[in-house]
Amino acid sequence: MAMTETRPAVRRSPRRRRLLRLQEAPVLGLLFLCAAISILTTVGIVIVLVEEAVGFFREVSVLEFLTETRWTPLFVEKHFGVLPLLSATFLISALALAVAVPVGLGAAIYLSEYASPRVRAVLKPSLEVLAGIPTVVYGYFAITFIAPELLQRFLGQQTAFSALSAALAMSVLLLPMVSSLSEDAMRSVPASLREAGYALGSNRFEVAVRVVLPAALSGIVAAVVLAMARAVGETMIVTIAAGNVPNLSWNPLEAMQALPAYIVQVSLGDTPAGSLEYKTIFAVGLALFICTLLLNVAAQWLLSRFREAYE
Amino acid sequence: MTAPALSKTAEWRHRLLRRHIVGAVAAVLLRVAAVAGIAALVLLLVVVARDGLDRLSWDFITSYPSRFASRAGIRSALLGSLWVLELTAAFAVPVGIGAAIYLEEFAPRNWLTRIIETNINNLAGVPSIVYGLLGLALFVRAMELGRSVLAGALTLSLVVLPIVIVSAREGLRTVPPSIREASLALGATRWQTVWHQVLPAALAPMMTGVILALSRAIGETAPLITIGALLFVPFDPHGPLDSFTVLPIQIFNWVSRPQPAFHQAAAAGIIVLLAVLLGMNAIAIAIRYWSERRRQW
Repeated sequence: MAMTETRPAVRRSPRRRRLLRLQEAPVLGLLFLCAAISILTTVGIVIVLVEEAVGFFREVSVLEFLTETRWTPLFVEKHFGVLPLLSATFLISALALAVAVPVGLGAAIYLSEYASPRVRAVLKPSLEVLAGIPTVVYGYFAITFIAPELLQRFLGQQTAFSALSAALAMSVLLLPMVSSLSEDAMRSVPASLREAGYALGSNRFEVAVRVVLPAALSGIVAAVVLAMARAVGETMIVTIAAGNVPNLSWNPLEAMQALPAYIVQVSLGDTPAGSLEYKTIFAVGLALFICTLLLNVAAQWLLSRFREAYE
Repeated sequence: MTAPALSKTAEWRHRLLRRHIVGAVAAVLLRVAAVAGIAALVLLLVVVARDGLDRLSWDFITSYPSRFASRAGIRSALLGSLWVLELTAAFAVPVGIGAAIYLEEFAPRNWLTRIIETNINNLAGVPSIVYGLLGLALFVRAMELGRSVLAGALTLSLVVLPIVIVSAREGLRTVPPSIREASLALGATRWQTVWHQVLPAALAPMMTGVILALSRAIGETAPLITIGALLFVPFDPHGPLDSFTVLPIQIFNWVSRPQPAFHQAAAAGIIVLLAVLLGMNAIAIAIRYWSERRRQW
């Protein structure tokens, strides 16, 4: 350093440049390590889940796990049929999406095709606030408002817990996911397509539904699939609002237990490591991980296709 | 064959009228859909305020939890949340920013980089409770950290890491390439360019994103229950190896009880939780506002 200061023109020799690069190698290695932690996390998740799940399936056959209709691992007479948990997860997610997708898509069309920039600048961030509210708060909302003041009063729900109450609370959480991502997809449809639609005499709604919507379809489907993944893995809302009774039923006004809620239920008790109960939560976690992974991969595939089309 | 102009036929007028009506009705419905979310948000806040405002007091914030709903407070939960937040930030922020710098500034375009990027996207979609299972097997059991603040913070670091990386990358992208090119043209190495030019310029936008990502850690409940955070903690956590509870778990505990008095305590706890989140968001937005005013390009 002292040498270079005395010389007005700094011309670094190749050797000095190589030295500089060598000195920076550890920094680069450290940065790479930071990025590699994400790979280690995935590997860790897979190893932990598979290892404990294999221990579980040594004691319980896969066939029983997938076909038995009773789930009573915490009782004296144990049955390990995952169907009641799977069906509850599926039912709650489907109901939540049945509300969130039409409303979210409507909001997205409004924001992208109808709203003035000023309205949009207020509405969009306000909607996204919903996604940032902790999920225990939605659980509270479901159990103190949706269940007693809507479902018990108007639909004749019997108990304080039900799949529908959890699903409605969850739909509010999913709404901004669906609307934000769909709106992004719709806004990236080129204006020329819309102008062509208007030039042919279509009105605003016709352009939105027949031109913009089909053009943005893969992005919209990706948004719905991501929301689905979120719904399947959402834990606190179903734990608080759906009740914790494994129940193989399609009646949304009954209490039932979803996959993640079972993990919470076992975690709240004092389960010794290595016991069968301890292993069940990893088997259930593996089922959950596989479901959400497939959905996420599907969504990303859709998104990458969509990017190729319009950029 | 010599059809009259289509616009003169009754059928045409009928169809036009129908299209106008459908368009007008749709416009109203779409507006309703857009406002529905806001309405739900307002309703939720009103319900929480209705139940919890009366219960909120300084005593509520400084008291330990209790079997008696009227005496229960959130002192240990609030302190636990702050402990977990600080430690989570201490792990997730440097690692997340490091990963972002690597991917944005150094990573070669090859299969390994693609795998890392796809992997980060997938991790962002993994349910947080699955991280809880990882934390339980890895930090609590294998590393023998027990049900401690440290185990909780490490678990939450993994939960928020993908989001921290994504928002830090967005921050780095706000620095125009010309800044980097100018620095490289003057003979700086790539690391010197990053350290002296890119990072100072990207710091504020990065911090905005990172704070928002960390605010997710404050509201997380499920992974901490899975690693075995306690439900009833009548003492202050003093170090990283102490057992702990956090605000959302305390709220969950009160919500799960049937007595309405505990529901009121839960609502008051929710108000405090939302206030903390609001504070973090306000800081993030203030930083963004301040940095955009000072930006020189």
